[in-house]
Amino acid sequence: MKFSVMVNEGPYTHQASDTAYQFTRAALAAGHEIFRVFFYHDGVNNGTRMTAPPQDDRNIVNRWSELAAAHELDLVVCVAAAQRRGIVDADEAKRNGKDGDNIAPGFRISGLGQLIEAGIQSDRLLVFGD
Amino acid sequence: METKVSETKKFMYINRHAPHGTVYAHEGLEVVLIGAAFEQDVCMAFIGDGVFQLKQDQDTTEAGMKNFSPAYRALGDYEVNKLYVERESLEERGLSEDDLMPLTWEDEDEDWAEKPSIRVVSRAELSDLLEEQDVILNF
Amino acid sequence: MLHTVNKSPFEASSLKTCLSLAREGSDVLLIEDGVYGGLAGSAHAAMVEDAIKSVKVYALGPDLKARGLAEDRLISGIEVVDYEGFVELACANDKVQSWL
Repeated sequence: MKFSVMVNEGPYTHQASDTAYQFTRAALAAGHEIFRVFFYHDGVNNGTRMTAPPQDDRNIVNRWSELAAAHELDLVVCVAAAQRRGIVDADEAKRNGKDGDNIAPGFRISGLGQLIEAGIQSDRLLVFGD
Repeated sequence: METKVSETKKFMYINRHAPHGTVYAHEGLEVVLIGAAFEQDVCMAFIGDGVFQLKQDQDTTEAGMKNFSPAYRALGDYEVNKLYVERESLEERGLSEDDLMPLTWEDEDEDWAEKPSIRVVSRAELSDLLEEQDVILNF
Repeated sequence: MLHTVNKSPFEASSLKTCLSLAREGSDVLLIEDGVYGGLAGSAHAAMVEDAIKSVKVYALGPDLKARGLAEDRLISGIEVVDYEGFVELACANDKVQSWL
């Protein structure tokens, strides 16, 4: 089965990113394909490498980066939502005159079309949010 | 396994949040407008507080926020002309169809006749519509 | 269709909305704070017991455990699944509707 996952909330404030991660991991373990994980609304905040959560708690951003590396996942952060919330890669920083970028490894910034494409190309699209 | 190259799927965007109190209505609408370019079979459903998104006369000037309600009028031009509004949700909130923005689309098969995009449906009808969809997104 | 509900019925109306729109034979999975909707003897239990006559209700085990809810506290008829079971439910149904 080809799955896509949508994450609508940021790390820690809601359980959405946690549940999405656990679902994604379980789907991969069962041999399914993850076409894309798309981060929208505050979900884009899962894509910043600047978090420093306490050592005794899960590191949500790193977990996504590591899962992406291990399974070649396509983690996409919506550009419009990212611009509103300050999630920036080098290109976006240059384009918008920002003095730095903060995108985490394994994430890329792209348009909403990637979400629609995920809906079209996948067998199942699951949404995790508030 | 056969893979369809250009497949049309039935997309439903379910809206259950009121506008302005949270961002979901606004950013949800952006998905629909951008998604329109993909020429899928698209409809929107407004359930619960989502019906408030279509309320006429929204003026955000004093609140200092973006008034994105005019963007709903563009939906018809983007061929998103099935806006299902749950009747029970309207009634529970003391609203009638007259309170909603008069959103329309032009039917090229009938000499560009202007038709209403908003279709008030019962909960039971909405349940049937949900079953028909291929992809459901929630805002 | 697989429906998921992630909010407590004491906090939000999504469980009620879900159950009013879910067709007979659907699967409903309670996740995150939604698992509180599965508690026996609560003010919302009757609504869920009634729904169980026409839909199959599941609760996500890890979320029950996280909240200190033993399985025997659940309404009779609710089946507990883990994330693997969540994936299986998503496969077994033709689509997933998340009542956020």
